[in-house]
Amino acid sequence: MQALLKKKEIYSSYFATLKYALYVITHPLDGFWDLTHEKRGSLAAANTIVILMLMARIMKLQFTSFLFLKVYWEGINIFLYIASMLSQLVLFCVGNWGLTTLFDGKGKLSQIYMGTAYALTPYPLLQFLMILFSNVVTDEEGAFYFFAAALSIGWTAILIICAMMQIHEYTISKTILFIIASFFAMLVMIFILLLFFSMITQGIAYFVSIMKEIMFRM
Amino acid sequence: MKKGFKSLIMLLIAACIFFSSVTVGNADDGSEKGYTYNYDYWGDIQYSPDAYSTVGVYTSVELKLDKGFNNATGMYVHGDTVYICDTGNNRIVKLQRTNTNTFELVRIIEYINGDIDVKTLSGPTDICVPEDGYLYICDKGNNRILKLDNDLNYVMEFTKPMDATFDQSTAFLPNKLEVDGTGRVYCIADNVNKGMIKYESDGTFMGFYGASEVTYDWTDYLWKKFATKAQRLALKSFVPTEYDNLYMDSEGFIFACTTNVTEAGIDNGTDAPIRRLNLMGKDILIENGNFNVIGDIYWGDAGGYKGSSLMTDITALDNGIYFALDKVRGRIFGYDTQGNLLYAFGGNGNLAGCFKLPSAIEHIGKQLIVLDSQNASITIFNPTEYASLIYKAIEEYDAGDYDASGATWQQVKALNGNYDLAYIGIGRALMRQGKYKEAMSYFKLKWDERNYSKAFKQYRKEWVEDHMGFIVAIFILIFILPMLTRKIKAIKHKIDVAKIFQD
Repeated sequence: MQALLKKKEIYSSYFATLKYALYVITHPLDGFWDLTHEKRGSLAAANTIVILMLMARIMKLQFTSFLFLKVYWEGINIFLYIASMLSQLVLFCVGNWGLTTLFDGKGKLSQIYMGTAYALTPYPLLQFLMILFSNVVTDEEGAFYFFAAALSIGWTAILIICAMMQIHEYTISKTILFIIASFFAMLVMIFILLLFFSMITQGIAYFVSIMKEIMFRM
Repeated sequence: MKKGFKSLIMLLIAACIFFSSVTVGNADDGSEKGYTYNYDYWGDIQYSPDAYSTVGVYTSVELKLDKGFNNATGMYVHGDTVYICDTGNNRIVKLQRTNTNTFELVRIIEYINGDIDVKTLSGPTDICVPEDGYLYICDKGNNRILKLDNDLNYVMEFTKPMDATFDQSTAFLPNKLEVDGTGRVYCIADNVNKGMIKYESDGTFMGFYGASEVTYDWTDYLWKKFATKAQRLALKSFVPTEYDNLYMDSEGFIFACTTNVTEAGIDNGTDAPIRRLNLMGKDILIENGNFNVIGDIYWGDAGGYKGSSLMTDITALDNGIYFALDKVRGRIFGYDTQGNLLYAFGGNGNLAGCFKLPSAIEHIGKQLIVLDSQNASITIFNPTEYASLIYKAIEEYDAGDYDASGATWQQVKALNGNYDLAYIGIGRALMRQGKYKEAMSYFKLKWDERNYSKAFKQYRKEWVEDHMGFIVAIFILIFILPMLTRKIKAIKHKIDVAKIFQD
């Protein structure tokens, strides 16, 4: 009985935090402050939103009317597609965290991830509607579709700025500066990763060739 | 149980063997050779059955000439008569097509009669014979355009325009010409970049025609602003392009092609290698296809051939379908009036149907004739069943016979399942018949958003009309019902709290 009650409590708190995302996207400044400082958000809900975002992206490929999105299926690898989105998210969070800890940022890595994920909420919300909408309009009425697409991106961008501002307790100009800097940090990380992997392959190739040489001489 | 399973497996294997032996290869339609191809929506090459088959390659031996063609550059077809400008031998060869596959030498034009000093031709590059039977010859070496009657008597000549707009310091080198129904002459001359030279029928210079608009992008402009004088001179000046060849189609419009294009210009769409000029000299070529009318849409540098397709000649059938000849890779590109690539075929080499340096293309009916200046030969192509069906479908559609057109496109689709235009053709026929849903599926398969939208609009309208009751019901359920319940509740509440019922 006790265990059941506890389980129920976990579920209800999860749904409360997930529902809180709807409050956040309409009241960003207030919402993101409470998200971390009042602990009204949860990582579980953040993960759910990220998964919803990935699902929206994939379903968009399959179900959007071809009038608005033409997919060259021969060129798509679904796992690579997911990985590219997730890696961008991870790189942004890590890059942002790495920079902001050096410059008085108050946010922890988990908080930055949570804030970014909550800020992504409008994207799946609007995209699912847009997928349905795209199948009932013609070419000429496409302006509405593109407006909605711009809205989903713009809204998300504003939310991310608000999230970073409240989590790190920055001013708006400092936030924008550090978001731009985060992108450079992402580039640097990608560069280092590439360098690292190419070094590893070179290193392995070196030892393999030594082994081969020894085997030939013996 | 086990026995039954075993026999089932045996039956399965037997069936497999049986069906594998039944699947015989398709008849050889040429699609395995990769001679004819087309681009799909994504720009991927899709090989297709051969649209044209080679009837024969005719050199001086087959045509019974005393000496071989030497750098032949021009060709003209008038009815069944073929004129070939044998430029290097200073003569024009007149052939008569006696049968689909046989040609007979009629005469060789070398000398002209009449009241004129120079009675020989010097490097004739083009000839035109309009309906009235006069011969117009570009006598390039003698700097003149000759007009002769059918017995080669001199009638008149068109010479260098004595006009301020024409640069008098350069020699007049007429290269290609066309004559319209009223005897006006359109001439492309070497080293003239102001367009074609237009003469009135009496020989007076009427000005330039069809000069291409000067195009430059703002980076060039900026660069010029800051360059020194010496640097500026070294830069390429912005001049209109020279034309290479022209063809007057059955509607009297002039098809012009130019090889003065850059790869970058072709890529970003600023260079137009093929134009269709109206009376004002404005380009009215329709480019509604997936790609611009540029020949090959991408190109490698393999095999010693570089760069984009360079269109050296063009010809248009009576139904508006036109063919451009690429001299780089020896390919022929066929387009319909909307600018869709119907098929591309050809290549460089020694095989029949390939070329060394093609210089001119003409047509008799739906047959194609290509003049190869380096191979000193003409090649005759006949349309195959595949191409004939495509023509038939297009002509039926243009004539308004949509049902027949759809049926013909079905036949084309049976021959080539990768042919986008067949699907779109079937879809358009279905749309005309009011079968919007089927039409939509055809358009969707080949990514035709414009036609899909048209069909979908009608389909949606029909759907809404058919499901009006359903839609109204939904509307009531969502909006009216809650409103009513609220109203009723409010009334009920009022009744409950009303004073008269309190007692």
